[in-house]
Amino acid sequence: MSSVTCHIGGLALLGPGLPGWAASQAVLLGEQPWQDSPIVVPPPAMLAPTERRRTSLVVRLALAASTEAAEASGLAPDTLETVFASSNGDGAVVGAILETLATPGGEVSPTQFHNSVHNAAAGYWGIGAHSTRPSISIGCHLDSFPLGLLHAAARQVPVLFCAYDAPLPNPLAELQPTEFPFAMACVVTPEPTAATRARLTLRYCVGEAAATASPWQVLERGNPAARALPLLAALAAGRPTQLILPLLDGARLEIEVTP
Amino acid sequence: MQSAFSPLALAAVSAVSAMGIGLAATRQSLQDRTGGLRPADAEDHPAHWVGRVPEATSVNLPPELARYDCRNNRLAELALRQDGFADSAAAAKVRYGAARIAVILGTSTSGIAETEAAYRRRAEGQTTLPVDFDFAATHDLFSLSRYLRARLGLTGPALTISTACTSGARSFMEAEILIRAGLCDAAVVGGVDTLCRMTLQGFGSLALLSQGPTRPCAADRDGITVGEAAGLALLVRAEDAAPGTVLVLGAGASSDGHHMSSPHPEGLGAVTAMRAALDSAGLLPEEIGYINLHGTGTRANDAMEDRAVTHVFGAGTPCSSTKGWTGHTLGASGALEAIIAALCIQDGLVPGCLGVEQVDPEFRSDVVTENRRMPLQRVLSNSFGFGGSNCSLVLGRQEAGA
Repeated sequence: MSSVTCHIGGLALLGPGLPGWAASQAVLLGEQPWQDSPIVVPPPAMLAPTERRRTSLVVRLALAASTEAAEASGLAPDTLETVFASSNGDGAVVGAILETLATPGGEVSPTQFHNSVHNAAAGYWGIGAHSTRPSISIGCHLDSFPLGLLHAAARQVPVLFCAYDAPLPNPLAELQPTEFPFAMACVVTPEPTAATRARLTLRYCVGEAAATASPWQVLERGNPAARALPLLAALAAGRPTQLILPLLDGARLEIEVTP
Repeated sequence: MQSAFSPLALAAVSAVSAMGIGLAATRQSLQDRTGGLRPADAEDHPAHWVGRVPEATSVNLPPELARYDCRNNRLAELALRQDGFADSAAAAKVRYGAARIAVILGTSTSGIAETEAAYRRRAEGQTTLPVDFDFAATHDLFSLSRYLRARLGLTGPALTISTACTSGARSFMEAEILIRAGLCDAAVVGGVDTLCRMTLQGFGSLALLSQGPTRPCAADRDGITVGEAAGLALLVRAEDAAPGTVLVLGAGASSDGHHMSSPHPEGLGAVTAMRAALDSAGLLPEEIGYINLHGTGTRANDAMEDRAVTHVFGAGTPCSSTKGWTGHTLGASGALEAIIAALCIQDGLVPGCLGVEQVDPEFRSDVVTENRRMPLQRVLSNSFGFGGSNCSLVLGRQEAGA
């Protein structure tokens, strides 16, 4: 059977109208309607000013959610392996480099280049958290959230998992629409901890199936990382839930949430 | 010592790089000490030399997968046509079932060369990209894994890892995690990366490109020669493979937590990754016969790696970098060099660094600069990358009678 089990806690999110886990409870529980409002991404306090200045919006987004999750987990940040999942990576930097390369005489800057790697957020996290723990960064188009969660759970050690994406610049944006910045993070552990909200059973299945009906569909379509919202809402409500997340090319991830 | 790593067998491997198309050519090139680096073309500006795979240009993808057509996926296609790799994957499909084989590939830039070309193809004043440019099937990192999964008819979990220059090595480690977790029984892993302007100009901006062919560990080394490659492996549980098959015995990863593009000067992250790999294999440093260095040819990397290797192994373990043959193939390098390590074990060969007249006199490790013939049981292969990402793999044969 292709399934793994983990415990999930230390929850974090940051998106339009969703300014952090605690501040988003009423919306996640359906007690208040979701209302669009601009996302405010704080500068990463974990980094020294020289490093902080070099971080872009998408790195700050990932670090903000990761910091919130690590704090909420009660586990020391430098003890956690990390899995960072993003479809676009730092699309703003990649887009700027592509424009530069298409401009006669244009020169790529060294900072642009080292920030263009897909593991930039992971690299800054390691610097800020003083962590030497293993880290992977994955890019799976629209499936970065479900596949990242699966691989985080498969490790069977405490893992900080962060899924994040931000809009691409034009002309790439026309081809891969990402409507707004969004990040979620959580800590998954093989055994329950004081911060555990639920046990998750993740089942990789072959064959297409419709996604579980969700009031979050508009947001889910607007950012690959926002595909986490049905899971986050179930965790906020503390209710047993079965979720289906369709994957590309004829597969799906089934998530069983047991509070 | 209890091993934390379930050994995996390299049931099939394939490699294409500037040093050769397929294993026989790769072997011959190692034995003859004929590297594949060549003077750069104008389009490779500002690189002076590159490790190109000219054969990739004329590869045709199957028509039903035409949307995935880009140089990176052509390199992958070229690799799976060598050494019966596609046939081995088909046999594994029969044995385990398509859904039980994962596809886990590493790449740093996927099909971005196609995106670069699309930007250039725009007419004067036009901002939108040409309508035939397929973002998801070429530019996107997932393109590589989706292509190979579809091409081989596999339906297990797919994943693209992009941890800069450790991407290919990390795919081997990730396969072990997935197999141990029971999510699959086998995995197609590896790394594929393409020469593109972004990396050539990026390394140029950092003043890290070599004037001639890269000469890792040389006293007067002057930088990287960027190359392209595809290295693929079919990994299965050790007990599922024929006796004598080379195994991945252990793997270790770490983060530097130090700087985005400069290694930790004392190689703290590298030391941690190498020790973790040895521990996971239940091996002592003296049980490693040869170290295939990351050895990029930059002043900083090679000096750091020498200190880290000496710290863990002392000065007695032969080590070398094979990037003088292939160039630095970035996200493919860790996979390509794991496969080279497997060939070295099979052939009893320590390939001395190419083109090195004098090893850096500051170095204390045993840097080999001529080929040595010697029996090899176990080899450690290092990969380090931007973002402070480190990964070490231990490959070897099972003990006789074990």
